[in-house]
Amino acid sequence: MPVFEALRLALQTIRAQKLKSGFSLLGVFIGVASLIGAWSIVNGVNRYMTEKFAQTLFGVNTFQLRRRPMFTPNVPDSVWRAWARRPRIRFSDAEALSAGFTVPVVTAWQSSENVTVSYRDKQARDIELTAASERYFDIKNLRLATGRAFTAQENRSGATVAVLGDAVAQRLFVDRAPLDRSVRIGGMAYRVIGVVEKQGSVLGFPLDRFVVVPAQSPAQNLVNPPGVLDAFLVKAQTEPDMRLAMDQAEGIMRSRRHLRPRQDDNFALDTSEGVQRFWAGISRILVVVLPGVVVVSLVIGGIVIMNIMLMSVAERTREIGLRKSLGARRRDVLRQFLAESAAIATVGAAFGVVAGIGLTFLIAAASPLPASVSPVSILLGVVMGAGVGVVAGVYPASRAARLDPIAALRQE
Amino acid sequence: MTLPQTFRTGDTPLPDIVILTHKLTRAYDMGGEVVRALQGVSLQIRKNEYVAVMGPSGSGKSTLMNLIGCLDTPTSGEYWLNGQKVSDLVDDELARIRNKEIGFVFQTFNLLPRANALHNVELPLIYAGHGARERRAQAARALQRVGLGDRMEHRPNELSGGQRQRVAIARALVNDPSILLADEPTGNLDSTTSAEIMAVFRDLHRQGQTIVMVTHEHDIAAHAARVVTLRDGLIASDQLQAA
Repeated sequence: MPVFEALRLALQTIRAQKLKSGFSLLGVFIGVASLIGAWSIVNGVNRYMTEKFAQTLFGVNTFQLRRRPMFTPNVPDSVWRAWARRPRIRFSDAEALSAGFTVPVVTAWQSSENVTVSYRDKQARDIELTAASERYFDIKNLRLATGRAFTAQENRSGATVAVLGDAVAQRLFVDRAPLDRSVRIGGMAYRVIGVVEKQGSVLGFPLDRFVVVPAQSPAQNLVNPPGVLDAFLVKAQTEPDMRLAMDQAEGIMRSRRHLRPRQDDNFALDTSEGVQRFWAGISRILVVVLPGVVVVSLVIGGIVIMNIMLMSVAERTREIGLRKSLGARRRDVLRQFLAESAAIATVGAAFGVVAGIGLTFLIAAASPLPASVSPVSILLGVVMGAGVGVVAGVYPASRAARLDPIAALRQE
Repeated sequence: MTLPQTFRTGDTPLPDIVILTHKLTRAYDMGGEVVRALQGVSLQIRKNEYVAVMGPSGSGKSTLMNLIGCLDTPTSGEYWLNGQKVSDLVDDELARIRNKEIGFVFQTFNLLPRANALHNVELPLIYAGHGARERRAQAARALQRVGLGDRMEHRPNELSGGQRQRVAIARALVNDPSILLADEPTGNLDSTTSAEIMAVFRDLHRQGQTIVMVTHEHDIAAHAARVVTLRDGLIASDQLQAA
C-alpha cells in the first residue's frame, strides 16, 4: 500500500472517530502548545532585552563605572563581601575621568535612592530619586513632555530644581500644571521645571516613578554620603570609541586606586552586554526547564496515543484479518497504523501550534511580558509531534501487523 | 469426467489443475495436546470446476479451507495452486498469493462499514498496487458483474444482506482470481436471498470461474457439480453430481 493511501485512510479514520481521536491528540496538543507558548515568551523577552531594554534604556554605546556590577545572577556570598569592601566611586574619580578621556564622550553622574515626594497633602511613595548631572537625560534618552531639563550651571550650583517622571507628576498634580510648583523631597523644597515623557514599563516594572535633581543639590545627601556617587555614565558615539573609553577609564581608575599589575580591578565597568549576560543567565534556566515540561507532556501524549492505538487495533482485529486475507502484507498493516498514529499526533501538533500562537498573543496582550512567536518553535513543535506519533504507533502497529489472519477473522 | 492423474511427491501438476493437495496434514498444539485436524488430504480440482466441501463440524473443512486460501500453512504435504507450489511460502509471499489468486467470500460478508461499496471492492487492488483510476474502473466493472452497478456509492448498512454478499463477491472477483473461495456464503441469508446468491455463483461458473464452496447445507451443496465430504480429517467421499 503506498504511503499516500495509508495517509488517506488514516485521515478517514480520524474523521470517523472524532471524539476518540480528540482525546488521543490532547497530550501532543498540550505539549506543542506549551512549547510554542513558553518559547515565544523567552524569545520575546530576549528580543526585548537586546533591542529595547539594553539599547534604549541602558543606552547605545554606553558604559557605567560602578563599585560592583549592576546585574549579577547567582553571586556567592564571599564575592558579595569582597564587593562590599571596595571603595566607593567619588566625585573626584568622575572629574578625573572626564578630564582624561581622549575620545569624544558624553558623561553623567548618577546616584539613586527611593524616597517619598510630596506636594501639599499629596504624597508619592517609593519614588526613585536620582541625583544626576545634566547630560543624564541625553544618555538615558529621556525626552521632556513639558518644561526643560536642568542646565550645567544649575547642576554645578546645586539648584533645587526637579524633573519629574510622568507617574509622579500624575500622582501629585493630577490635572494641574506641575511647572513652577514646589514639591518636597526629604524635607527640602524643589521647584518643578520639567516632566519627562511617559516611559511605560519593562517586564512589569514601571519606569515613570522617578525624580531627577542636580547631582550637587542638597537632596544628594539623601542618596549617598558627600562626594560619593553610584555610577558614572559614559556614552560614546561609536562602539570602538566606547571600547577605547572603557580602556582609558580602567587605566585611570587603576592608577588612582594604586592597583599593581597583578591585582584585579576593584571597580566595575558595566555595559548593556552585562545586562544581556544577566538575562542570558536567566533564559538559560528557562531553556533547561522548558524542554523538561515539553518532554513530559509529549511522553504522556505518546503513551495516550499508544493506548488508544492498542485499543483501536483490538477493536479492528477483524478488519485487519480481512485486509490480510485480501492480500495486505505485514508492512501494509504496519504502515496503515503508523500513518494513523502519526496523523493523529500531527493533527494534535497542528492544533497545538495554533493554540500556542494564540496563547502567545494572549500573554503579550494581557501581561507586560513581550512575546514573539519563533518560526523554529513551530517547525520543532510539528516535527516533534509527528515523531511522538510514529514512536507511539510502532508497538500497536507491529502488533496489528503480526496478527494471524485466521484468528483475526474469527474475532467477533 | 475422468479422475485426475495420480500425483507423487516430486511431480508437478497438469496444467489444467488449479488446486492440488498431496497428503496434506495440519496439526495444532492445543496446550500440550496435539490435534490432527487434517490427516493427509489429497485433492485435485480442475479449472472451472464447482466444488462443494462438506462435512460435520470438526471434520477439518475449515482447516482445509484456510490452507486452500493460503491463510495457513500445512504441517506436512504439498499444496500447489495454479501451477505454483505454495505450501512452503512465507507470510508475505502468501499475502501476495491471496491477493492475486484467491477471492474470498465470507459467511459474515466482512465489508468495511465506513466505506462505500466501490471502496470495499477496491481494497484488493490497493494491495496489488494499482493506481486510483484503474482501481475505480475495475471495481465498478466487478460491481456491474454482480448486478450492483447502481449501488456503488452505498455503504454496507444501506444495502440488504443479499446485496452485501454480492458486494463481497465483487470484491472477491475484482483481482480476477484463480479460485473463488466461499465459506458458508449463504449462512447469514434467508432462503430467497440464498437462491439469489447461488444464481450469481452459477453464472460465474458458466463464465469459467473456478469455485470452491464450504457448506454444511445439502441443498446449497446441490448447486455444485462435485461434492467433497470430509470426516475426521480425511476425504470420506468425492462425488460428481448432475447439475
